[in-house]
Amino acid sequence: MLRISPAPHISSKVSTPKIMWNVVIALMPALIYAIHIFGERVILLTLLSILSAMGSEYIFQKLTKREILISDGSAVITGILLSFNISPNSPWWMPAVGSAFAVFVVKQIFGGIGYNIFNPALAGRAFLTASWPSLMAGNWAAPTSGTLSGLQSQALDGISQATPLTLLKVNPTESIAQSLNSTYMLKALFFGKVGGCIGETSALLLLIGASYLFIRKYADWKISLGYIGSVFVFSGILYYIGQTPVIPLFHILSGGVMLGGLFMATDMVTSPVTVKGRWVFGIAGGIICVLIRVWGGYPEGVSYSILIMNMFVPLLDKISEKAIFGR
Amino acid sequence: MSLLTFRGGIHPPSSKEKSKNSKIKRITPPDFIYLYLSQHTGIPSKPLLEKGEEVKIGQEVAKASGKLSVGLHSPVNGVYMGTVMHPHPLGGKKEAIKIKLNEENREPFKETKRDKITDLTKQKLINIIKDKGIVGMGGAAFPTYFKLQVPSSKKIKDLIINGIECEPYLTSDYRLMMEKPEEIMKGVDVIRKIIKPENVWIAIESNKLDAFDIMKNTSSLFPWAKFVVLRTKYPQGSEKQLIDAITGRKVPEGGLPFDVGAYVQNIGTSFAIYEAVYLNKPLFERIVTVTGNLRHQSNFLVPIGTPFEHLIKLTEGPIGKISKIINGGPLMGIAQSHIDSCVAKGTSGIVVQNEKECLEKKTGPCIRCGACVNCCPMKLLPTELYKYIESDKLDKAKKMGVLSCMECGSCSYACPANIPLTQQFKIAKNRITKKGK
Repeated sequence: MLRISPAPHISSKVSTPKIMWNVVIALMPALIYAIHIFGERVILLTLLSILSAMGSEYIFQKLTKREILISDGSAVITGILLSFNISPNSPWWMPAVGSAFAVFVVKQIFGGIGYNIFNPALAGRAFLTASWPSLMAGNWAAPTSGTLSGLQSQALDGISQATPLTLLKVNPTESIAQSLNSTYMLKALFFGKVGGCIGETSALLLLIGASYLFIRKYADWKISLGYIGSVFVFSGILYYIGQTPVIPLFHILSGGVMLGGLFMATDMVTSPVTVKGRWVFGIAGGIICVLIRVWGGYPEGVSYSILIMNMFVPLLDKISEKAIFGR
Repeated sequence: MSLLTFRGGIHPPSSKEKSKNSKIKRITPPDFIYLYLSQHTGIPSKPLLEKGEEVKIGQEVAKASGKLSVGLHSPVNGVYMGTVMHPHPLGGKKEAIKIKLNEENREPFKETKRDKITDLTKQKLINIIKDKGIVGMGGAAFPTYFKLQVPSSKKIKDLIINGIECEPYLTSDYRLMMEKPEEIMKGVDVIRKIIKPENVWIAIESNKLDAFDIMKNTSSLFPWAKFVVLRTKYPQGSEKQLIDAITGRKVPEGGLPFDVGAYVQNIGTSFAIYEAVYLNKPLFERIVTVTGNLRHQSNFLVPIGTPFEHLIKLTEGPIGKISKIINGGPLMGIAQSHIDSCVAKGTSGIVVQNEKECLEKKTGPCIRCGACVNCCPMKLLPTELYKYIESDKLDKAKKMGVLSCMECGSCSYACPANIPLTQQFKIAKNRITKKGK
């Protein structure tokens, strides 16, 4: 018996699980480094987060009698990204609750992989921020190893309790701004020697991971360049006209700009499919982030900026439809 | 070096190594030949003979019928057995002339050589091409004489000879270029004399640079030809994409190449035109790449009407079990339901797949990766189109250009969720055009 099917008769080796597991690989440098600087607690939090994400997915798919797809890697990504978004000092149940919300409510109720409107990890983070604001905003740890020596004496004695961004929000004095703008500080941010969320620490390692995805075409660099680039340019304009005391380089290296711009905004499911749409998505997201940081009530604007842009994805795809060949 | 190309496309493994070094070899004909009355675009040919009549190689056995049609010529000396219903490579069973091979009379076709064509008028050339049953050899099998009659209102600026052969596996045009460059160019010269273009481009993909060099070596004899290398990418050989890459002009939606002053003809057709005009030889045999999961991948010179089974046997058979036989390349070719489908004028290759190669992959939900959007050479939004078609919004799909889909298969190839995009568009296009009638 010959097999009959319509053309094409070959297909590429890229599959959904392959893309997802490669994203997991790309997150590894930052994760391993986080374990190194914050200690074994990071392992516990991240594992709980992943287990909760996969478990929630399993339970939902079992309850609704759907195919069990927990091995496709997407729940693992959500688990890792959610743990990347919390403080290494968080109580153990926090990543578990956050991931459960992310997968159960944000991803599965909307139809599972491919159908969710919001990035699950970011929405999970927003949920945690709204529910336990004090645990999410004021519970920072200084790295246990590789600490930038003398950072405390740099008028940054709040460093073990606050990230540079919090500091900037609550106490935007000249001297704070000066030390934040110092090469010393920028280097510390770039290499990952400043306290913060588990995964936000080293811009360098995030860039390495993301570059791997860009090269293998599992993430679109245009979104990342649009996002980080527009944070840089827009905050630069505001710095120039005196609306923010810190330089654009500080803005892109601090907080979640790298993590968000490289790994959250590029989430395929929740970003546009068209090239034009992707540029607009990234650039507008970056502007919103700076708006929140400079004039908003939060020290950090990355997660909300991306969540807001998630809502515009269908519209962006619509208005940026390509010109059909020959039309 | 940045090579000419179009935007979009995919990079499937070329899989041409298997057969590219196999020189064109004339095969021993099968015992029975089946010539489909319908093996070209247009009206089927009309049989000319009575059952039991003797036929000679090259003899016309069916004549053109109607405005868009060509005749058929016997590829062997044998006996006319009447017409039968026989599995057609494009699907279903179609009426075919059956010819029994005369084992005793192996006399080859007698060529009548012509040295020059300067004494032939344009109309005379077109008549020869029609009488010899020449059709497009790239797959569509559109009667060439008809295509050559460009409306006088359309001025052809660029004649493009398509030596791209971008489908994986296939090497029939490649072998022709390697072995018959001068003959091909003489055929191109005939086309040139008929349509009088300003430029003549010989377009070859960058994975066939050896063929490019060999073709270019003829340039002292054919100084009017411009040889260009295009980037290796599928579907670079698609007419509209090729014209765009070389001239920068885009054929309008629903339009034809001559609307932008372009005319494309492929290597195999140019060679067939050469044989018709210079050797007085009708189109009764062609080069077929027989490849895939076989012991010996080959480029055969095959009598038209030869069953696929005969060709597969000549390669010393498959490795393991045959699961799928594809008429044409793996991206646009048609899976055969019968191993006794026969070579038609448009058959450029046969690809054999084993069980493992044609395992059906499970379809998953779209993860909006945009791979289909990036690769669509017609700049459509396959994932969006698919959603509209699934929810039965055909009008919307039409508005979004589904009729422009040329079914190249790129989107389905690229999709990580194995969504049958091209397959769905085929069905939708059919439904829309039927509804319109």
